[in-house]
Amino acid sequence: MSDVIISVKDLCKCFGDFTAVDHITFEVQRGEIFGFLGANGAGKTTAMRMLCGLSYPTSGSGRVAGFDICTQGEQIKRHIGYMSQRFSLYDDLTVRENIRLYAGIYGLGRYETLRRTVSVLNRLHFRDEANTLVGSLPLGWKQKLAFSVATLHRPEVVFLDEPTGGVDPVTRRQFWEMIYEAASGGTTVFVTTHYMDEAEYCSRVSIMVDGKIEALGAPAELKKQYGAESMDEVFRILARGAKRSE
Amino acid sequence: MRTLRVLLEKEFRQFMRNAFMPKMVILFPLLVMLVIPWVATMDVRHVGVSVVDNDHSEASRRIVEKLRASDYFSLKSVTESYEEAYASLEAGEADVILSIPENFERSLAGSSPRRIGIDVNGTNALKGGLGSQYMTQIVRQALAELRQAQGPVEAADLFVVQNRYNPTLNYQYFMVPALMIILLVLICGFLPGLNLVSEKEFGTIEQINVTPVSRFLFTLAKLIPYWIIGFVVLTIAMLLAWWVYGLTPAGSIGWVYLAALFFILTMSGLGIIIANRSSTMQQTMFVMFFFIMIFVLMSGLLTPIESMPAWARYITYLLPPRYFVEVMRAVYLKGASLVELWPQYLALVGYAGLFNAMAALTYKKQS
Repeated sequence: MSDVIISVKDLCKCFGDFTAVDHITFEVQRGEIFGFLGANGAGKTTAMRMLCGLSYPTSGSGRVAGFDICTQGEQIKRHIGYMSQRFSLYDDLTVRENIRLYAGIYGLGRYETLRRTVSVLNRLHFRDEANTLVGSLPLGWKQKLAFSVATLHRPEVVFLDEPTGGVDPVTRRQFWEMIYEAASGGTTVFVTTHYMDEAEYCSRVSIMVDGKIEALGAPAELKKQYGAESMDEVFRILARGAKRSE
Repeated sequence: MRTLRVLLEKEFRQFMRNAFMPKMVILFPLLVMLVIPWVATMDVRHVGVSVVDNDHSEASRRIVEKLRASDYFSLKSVTESYEEAYASLEAGEADVILSIPENFERSLAGSSPRRIGIDVNGTNALKGGLGSQYMTQIVRQALAELRQAQGPVEAADLFVVQNRYNPTLNYQYFMVPALMIILLVLICGFLPGLNLVSEKEFGTIEQINVTPVSRFLFTLAKLIPYWIIGFVVLTIAMLLAWWVYGLTPAGSIGWVYLAALFFILTMSGLGIIIANRSSTMQQTMFVMFFFIMIFVLMSGLLTPIESMPAWARYITYLLPPRYFVEVMRAVYLKGASLVELWPQYLALVGYAGLFNAMAALTYKKQS
């Protein structure tokens, strides 16, 4: 069995005559933490949405967890978790009700739902907030909850779109601990971020500029390749050539 | 099954937790049923009349007395000058001028009687039209009574009019079933669509779309709560119709609910189709308003379909409320049942199926 869990070839997405994603090709190995970097508007979210079966590619092909992204979107959805850039759990449901809803949607039974709810609440130290409406939680807590819900059904891959945007440094650190924990459990993590210190935590990263992947490799390799001290510097060198902004 | 259950649980919790919705579902039918039947009446009453009496005869006195006694007219003035009466028409005080010419009564005996003039303010066509009709009736009656007092019975008195199904021609009996339908169109048409599009606006639908939940189940979970709410609204409205207006269905209440069952589904389905095709609340509202306008004005709710031009009558077959209007009126006032109404029921079942299949199909998890 191949250990490649995501493979993408010449993937494109056009909106009218604007090419948001321009012939990207890459592979992600099972168990990796893959950093998907790029400036605002570089096409990261669009590419990720195609991988999750939310958006059809204009051209090109790809497979996620063994399924075709063009024709088997619904099968892919059984095997992945997704956390969007915008918080998208139900603000008017409690923590427990949100967990229960998604557990039900992913087909977990009554007993399993209860067991995982308890485990999530313990892990997040949320026991006292179980019956709090999600809308009244602070942002950092919401993001941790969203991650737990996205991985509730133990997906093979979890897609995280800027999960730590606007979150304080302490929570960010806790968040990355959760990511590591998931990865060590065998879940592949596909994450976009703007924080270059976070890029250093990834096993491999790709850097997108204007819809194209300009660099791909382990952080250490990329730094060597571009003669840079940090990922931040690598990113600046590459982003300098960008024409798009916002 | 478990998926549908958790989805329904979610919808109900969100609905009950909303500060506004549960109250609205109770208050809306209450207000509509208690207020509108009294005010939205097309019965014409209290039409202002100025009489120009140049005859001063027994006949003219009888006519004026009849007008004074009538509920349909309110007598504004009796003068001898047409100019004065016309001024009151212009001032908006009177809507009808009745001019009785000199020597009117005397001329009745002759072969060419003098004519009575009726001037009507036509700005409100309905009021003007009915006003002049009532007026000729009243004058005719007054003259008939006069002749009866003087001689043999006139032909006009040989009619016996009976208003079947609504014996007192109570306009409220016409309006109340119509209002129930408008309530269902508004509540069950708007709410599911708005609910769905608000999930788009908040972005919560994205998290749903990335799960393997089937679009049929998700759509069903949006439909069922408003189905139940529709029944609650209908029940409140029917109870009010009974307590306040003394109106109960002449036929079986079961036929009302059976038709409502499919009608509500049809309206909710339409709302969801529109929401699926729009990305904002405003867009959904605007398109819904367009349809609701057409439904209210064209499905025979307020004006009879038979009086529409032929092309419009054909269009009404495409409007699901048309069939529900027919069922409601027939069951409520005539006591009809499935035996007579099966084509209407069949149409409602068809539209419910069609709209809801389209609702599920237009819901795209992947764009």
